[in-house]
Amino acid sequence: MSESSSVTPSSSPTRAPERGKSIADAFRARSAEGRAALIPYVCAGYPTRDVSLEMLHAAAEAGADILELGIPFSDPLADGPTIQRATFKALEQGMSVRGALDILREFRSRRDTPVVLFTYLNPALHFGLDAFVAAAREAGAQGVLLTDLPAGADRSLEDSVRSGGLDLIRLLAPTTSPDRVAEVARGASGFLYYISRTGVTGAQAEVREDLAREVRAIRERAALPVAVGFGISTPEQAALVADAADGVVVGSALVEAMGRGGVEEGQRFLRSLREGMDAPRE
Amino acid sequence: MVEDERESPDTGAVAAESPSDPRFGRFGGRYVPETLIAALDELDEAYRVGRADPEFRAELEALLEDYVGRPTPLFRARRLEAEVGGGPIYLKREDLNHTGAHKINNTIGQTLLARRMGKRRIIAETGAGQHGVATATACALFDLECVVYMGAEDVDRQALNVFRMELLGAKVIPVESGTRTLKDATNEAIRDWVTNVESTHYIIGSVVGPAPFPRMVRDFQSVIGREAREQILRIEGRLPAAVLACVGGGSNAMGAFHAFVEDDGVRLVGVEAAGEGLDSGRHSASLSAGTPGVLHGSLSYLLQDEDGQVAPAHSVSAGLDYPGVGPELSFLRDEGRVVYAAVTDEEALAAFHRLAELEGIIPALETAHALAHLLGEGRSEAQEGPVIVCLSGRGDKDVAHVARVEGRGLPEAPA
Repeated sequence: MSESSSVTPSSSPTRAPERGKSIADAFRARSAEGRAALIPYVCAGYPTRDVSLEMLHAAAEAGADILELGIPFSDPLADGPTIQRATFKALEQGMSVRGALDILREFRSRRDTPVVLFTYLNPALHFGLDAFVAAAREAGAQGVLLTDLPAGADRSLEDSVRSGGLDLIRLLAPTTSPDRVAEVARGASGFLYYISRTGVTGAQAEVREDLAREVRAIRERAALPVAVGFGISTPEQAALVADAADGVVVGSALVEAMGRGGVEEGQRFLRSLREGMDAPRE
Repeated sequence: MVEDERESPDTGAVAAESPSDPRFGRFGGRYVPETLIAALDELDEAYRVGRADPEFRAELEALLEDYVGRPTPLFRARRLEAEVGGGPIYLKREDLNHTGAHKINNTIGQTLLARRMGKRRIIAETGAGQHGVATATACALFDLECVVYMGAEDVDRQALNVFRMELLGAKVIPVESGTRTLKDATNEAIRDWVTNVESTHYIIGSVVGPAPFPRMVRDFQSVIGREAREQILRIEGRLPAAVLACVGGGSNAMGAFHAFVEDDGVRLVGVEAAGEGLDSGRHSASLSAGTPGVLHGSLSYLLQDEDGQVAPAHSVSAGLDYPGVGPELSFLRDEGRVVYAAVTDEEALAAFHRLAELEGIIPALETAHALAHLLGEGRSEAQEGPVIVCLSGRGDKDVAHVARVEGRGLPEAPA
């Protein structure tokens, strides 16, 4: 990858970088329309560096409100097979933390859609967490999600993210106890990412009620917007989640669409989700 | 007896530890996806209650005695002594445990805990297959469903153990991702746990992973050192000058070392796999050549590249073929309490043969690393007094692999 463009801007290092829109604003804007935010995940470097950059732009054009840019890690133990394969392919082609930040910087030079860097702790830790946060902010990130840094695991690392001016996005799971939801929310900002593992095949009405109830339970304890991800792959599922939550996260299905037909297919897929989410309900 | 509750007035960071402390100095912790936090809390609680419960301790002790075959002997290896030239050398015969290695000390303990937590499904990762076999064995005994993840490369290297696990009723799932070895089997086991956490207990096989695993596995394995300490005091009337153990993740090493950590005069030597040489880049020596990083839920020494990607490990022995190491060993390394050495594949293979010829004991290839150190650069360890080598496992599982590595024709291993 283009290691030549380093993380410190060569031109004017003291000038504040062009910031994108804030995550909070992105949610506010959608919520004012009575709609949910669409949050696609793109793996940096998959299938190639340039295509992943193109996909970020294409996703924004298709109505994405916030983008998750995945920085690949050799041991993605929270990811399923699709994102694992994308990760390994990206790494094989030399994608790195710096390479991913370069992609973000290029994206940010043309667009203000907020970006959350989605990765595991070790690449950030090895970079130096403070340096990573500073470099991420400089490159134009609004938030960071470290999948293996749960609330309370390491206060000093969490403080590094927060004091560096990035939103600390945190995960919630169905196994997270009600008391812990409040604890997770206290240190988080931007939004909460609820990984619902509820299946979506079969009785949709039932799922709709379960999910709505789960999101309500989170909202009782947390003031942040709640985005939901659980293998959403159809407009119907996206609509279902949009009714219950503030945001819809789509990861593996987008990676698969890109695998089938590149950026064009990825964008078509996201447009279909957007339409499903925005369609008037009965 | 799960834990030696010695009241030790002299400090040592180890004496002051609380069973629920997630860290060893700066190492350890709980760097896992949110989904697992509740399960780790539940396990922590079950273990805290279990270790204090006389009934649990009695049940574990009875199983270790009647089923595993403990205590294991401390055998004086006189011909090995003559070869090394030096003070008495004792082998702590963990190879004589049921299933042929120390791994079962831990799986019996964790299976009892799983039963207390009402979990009916057990998963495990395995490298050499010894932990997988020990887990499958405990699951058969307690009538629990058992799924073992094993790197596809290790499935080939350790075909005999795959067959053993299947005989014991376990389902073995070959893992094709990444380096197709123990690291990736562990990733896959963690993914399974994230998905099935409510019904499933994950029996980690080494002193690695998120808290409470490193401390809990060490406690279950600490019976090794506790017995050895009593045995050598009885036989020799003094403590050993050194205790040696091979280190992959480090469970036999921590098990052997723990009872001696506060005995300042006892050198604790961890022997890592130098593979094709520390300079070759193809080795598994994370303490010798790694830097601190986070893998599989804890901060510890780790083989990694300049981008923080985990580097592939290599060892002729599947059980040491792991780029990380237990956080407590990392802590004891930095404290200077555990010294570490590394021996190559070639040296380990030579020691594998040598022990067979000298003592009539075929050691596991993992264990052969500790012996190779004593037969090579570590000869001096035996000059200061009695030495204990943790003979962590027997080598039956390795016979076909060694024959293949050495280009000898043997009938195909069953598979």
